[in-house]
Amino acid sequence: MRWAVIVFPGSNCDDDAVAAITRATGDEVVKVWHQERDLRPYDAIVLPGGFSYGDYLRCGAIARFSPVMAAVRAEAEAGKLVLGICNGFQILTEAGLLPGALVRNHHLQFRCEMAELVVENDRSPFTSLYRRGERVRIPIAHGEGRYIADEAVLDELARAGRIAFTYAADVNGSARRIAGVLNERGNVLGLMPHPERAVAAWMGSEDGLRMFAAIHRAVEEGVHVG
Amino acid sequence: MATWKAQVRVWLKPSVFDPQGRAVEQALHSLGYTGVGEVRIGKYMELRLEAASEAEAAAQVRAMCDAVLVNPVMETYAFSLEPWAKDARAEASA
Repeated sequence: MRWAVIVFPGSNCDDDAVAAITRATGDEVVKVWHQERDLRPYDAIVLPGGFSYGDYLRCGAIARFSPVMAAVRAEAEAGKLVLGICNGFQILTEAGLLPGALVRNHHLQFRCEMAELVVENDRSPFTSLYRRGERVRIPIAHGEGRYIADEAVLDELARAGRIAFTYAADVNGSARRIAGVLNERGNVLGLMPHPERAVAAWMGSEDGLRMFAAIHRAVEEGVHVG
Repeated sequence: MATWKAQVRVWLKPSVFDPQGRAVEQALHSLGYTGVGEVRIGKYMELRLEAASEAEAAAQVRAMCDAVLVNPVMETYAFSLEPWAKDARAEASA
């Protein structure tokens, strides 16, 4: 299978994502500039972390209008797997591909540290190699990662199993400690923690490997989502 | 076609906790302004636009706010319009 890692002006975790995917899967990974309009040649799409467009106006607000985003939307609608990490998550919420929004952490600090997450859903193509209730260590690095949404939306996310990960401890004030959410169909995942930074023992954790391996497995086995 | 100046204010919805506002409020309290509360930090944007009438200008501003300037999940906004003064920029920088 072939992965696309989208590069926006200001993305800075794109090389890390490529290295992590390569290490976890051995698959072909292509960095795709945000001016590209066709993502049909790719089987999975990653929107990496960083500070696209300098976080001007709001995090992800300008990147959402990049030409590539129409293609991301089209491939998501076609059922392909789309993973948004950190700034990628912010872009997906701004684009309306995921519900809610990410706002300034309640303590106003930029937190760059290892975080313990709780796997809330192990039945998605992104999380099938984890076990529900399992605690995994995946680092965070964000100043604006506090997830918010209307209560009705939060209730629906919880009811439908669309909360993929929560924080074991309250690291940023997120509603219901949400760290990652799925779209309704289950083929788009956004999360603030960085799985690409947890793929080797020397990084302090290898727990991120299984996310990329799970995506690989879902695509290779032709799991139909939705 | 007339030229208008729009002044847009954007701030977090009342339901969204504003930690910046809280920090500033505490700073004000420590300065002795103990009666101050409900501090909210927002953004101010200013733009020039062409429209035949004030109503049309307002419709344009509203559309721009809904499309990009404001994220309704987290923010709310208000704006005002006035005819664009030719030397507005010179005045602003004076």
